[in-house]
Amino acid sequence: MTAVTPITTGRRPPAAVSRSRRGRTGWIFVGPFMAVFALVFLAPIAYSLYLSFFRDQLVGGTSFVGLDNFQRAFEDEQFWAAVGRILLFLVVQVPVMLGLALLVALALDSGRLYGKSFFRIAIFLPYAVPAVVATLMWGFIYGTRFGLVGNINDAFGVSLPDPLSPSLVLASIGNIVTWEFIGYNMLIFYSALRVVPKSLYEAAEIDGAGEWRVITAVKIPAIRGALVIATIFSVIGSFQLFNEPSILQSLAPNAITTYFTPNLYTFTLSFSGRQQNYAATVSLVMGVVTMIIAYAVQLRGMRKEA
Amino acid sequence: MSAPSFTADQTPRRTTHRASAPRRAVRRQHSVARPRRSTVLTILMGLTAVYALMPLAWLVINATKTQKGLLDSFGLWFSGDFALWDNISQTLTYDDGIFVRWFLNTLLYVVVGAGGATFLAVLGGYGLAKFDFAGKRAVFATVIGAVAVPATALAVPTFLMFSKMGLTNTPWAVIIPSLISPFGLYLMWVFAAEAIPTELLEAARVDGSGELRTFFQVALPLLTPGIVTVLLFTMVQTWNNYFLPLIMIKDPDWYPLTLGLNAWNQQASTAGGQPVFNLVITGSLLTIVPLIAAFLLLQRYWQSGLAAGSVKG
Repeated sequence: MTAVTPITTGRRPPAAVSRSRRGRTGWIFVGPFMAVFALVFLAPIAYSLYLSFFRDQLVGGTSFVGLDNFQRAFEDEQFWAAVGRILLFLVVQVPVMLGLALLVALALDSGRLYGKSFFRIAIFLPYAVPAVVATLMWGFIYGTRFGLVGNINDAFGVSLPDPLSPSLVLASIGNIVTWEFIGYNMLIFYSALRVVPKSLYEAAEIDGAGEWRVITAVKIPAIRGALVIATIFSVIGSFQLFNEPSILQSLAPNAITTYFTPNLYTFTLSFSGRQQNYAATVSLVMGVVTMIIAYAVQLRGMRKEA
Repeated sequence: MSAPSFTADQTPRRTTHRASAPRRAVRRQHSVARPRRSTVLTILMGLTAVYALMPLAWLVINATKTQKGLLDSFGLWFSGDFALWDNISQTLTYDDGIFVRWFLNTLLYVVVGAGGATFLAVLGGYGLAKFDFAGKRAVFATVIGAVAVPATALAVPTFLMFSKMGLTNTPWAVIIPSLISPFGLYLMWVFAAEAIPTELLEAARVDGSGELRTFFQVALPLLTPGIVTVLLFTMVQTWNNYFLPLIMIKDPDWYPLTLGLNAWNQQASTAGGQPVFNLVITGSLLTIVPLIAAFLLLQRYWQSGLAAGSVKG
């Protein structure tokens, strides 16, 4: 974190006194955030750790079971099937989405477009649409009832594959998520590109670099930080996949099971299955898996930078 | 780099008059820095824009159809009757005007939740950027670590905790977790470090201004683009929130729009339920209009604020 500039106290002689006073003042500003943060982040994590060591049974009530819940999670085929599905989703959807977002951002930044500000806002707009509305819209569009797929089939006498069939539903969800977040990621990349010093481009040009070479050798390395951040956020977002499959479930009950994604599974466990201790355990395991992968992405991003 | 230069992107229009004459005289060649416009690239971008806008066009078109029209007509073109106004009035009055209630709930969650989140993020970000204090590294590590914890992994334990505290099924259950935006804190931190010269704060202190007064009168005005950016992004998050209210709120009177719309959609698949697809579609349109309007109106602020946030990203 290079953004933090240490306070220069050199001009004022009693530096030690003023530093300790400033120390308290710093907490006045950060304290409110940290207090709420402790309530909604730290306390639930601690509480779920506590819950994960117990089991609630109809007969016998709550009892301490040590690591039994964790052992169950590691042997739970439904849970790992859901994790596997998310990993498949992740390795396809995230690169497609970020790749497109990067291309769009580079195109905007190149200055070669007509109507640049129109494109910038048009491609960003889906981000302002709630996931619920996005899924309802795409659900209707996919559907055969009054969807475009049904329309095209009727109009041209063809039979397009059903986007909501078990084999295609994951790709259909990937399309919704891509649609929702291309614009957001595009904007992150574009904003990062805007602040790359223009002198770098001119220097590269004098060295005889063509436009493509400037992109690969100057622009992309210059925004590596933004790329890493966007990748981490997308990975975390994928692991949290819930809204889209949960809403599509009513349209495609056979294709989307109650354990389609890890989050759908914890939701089912705690609210339909009344297995809240086990749900807390699964949440924790998911949190750890997510952090490991996010950390790995970060390390990889940093290593390239070196 | 000082804060005003981040808005450079928006200013050329104002400066062209001054700059265009000498530029035309020099007639430099096209280069990476001064490129030629490309029709092919514009067409390719056009395809991406069609992909982005097609579902929205679908929504607008289909909000003008009656329930029967939805089934009979082609999805991307209008049907015979124009029923938009009728649909809107039906949406607003159906089931004793529950949609209006959901709208007001959403507004409450957004004003208190996103407003509060922005305020906490601005205070915290400023504190982290401009003060040296014991525990600062720990704050940084905890908050960054927490970003990696999936919010949904927290949801179940938060629900259980809140239900013990008697908060579930009240607006507080949605508002309190919305008050924390780690991304907002990070953005404000980076933004404050860039936009507020430390010398200015020193000067205010020398003049005898208290820390809080310095914050409100000196720092806050400089932070405006960052604040607008954080506010818009926390607003979107709260306005679009679905999972949290889904588990916290059972009483339809406290639903936000997202939960309400999904409930209407599911009516069609429940036994004895009356399908109201035209209301789902019109309601969806009414749900996204305020946010899209906010983004369009505040464009120049949030885009410049975001550019500052991503410098160190």
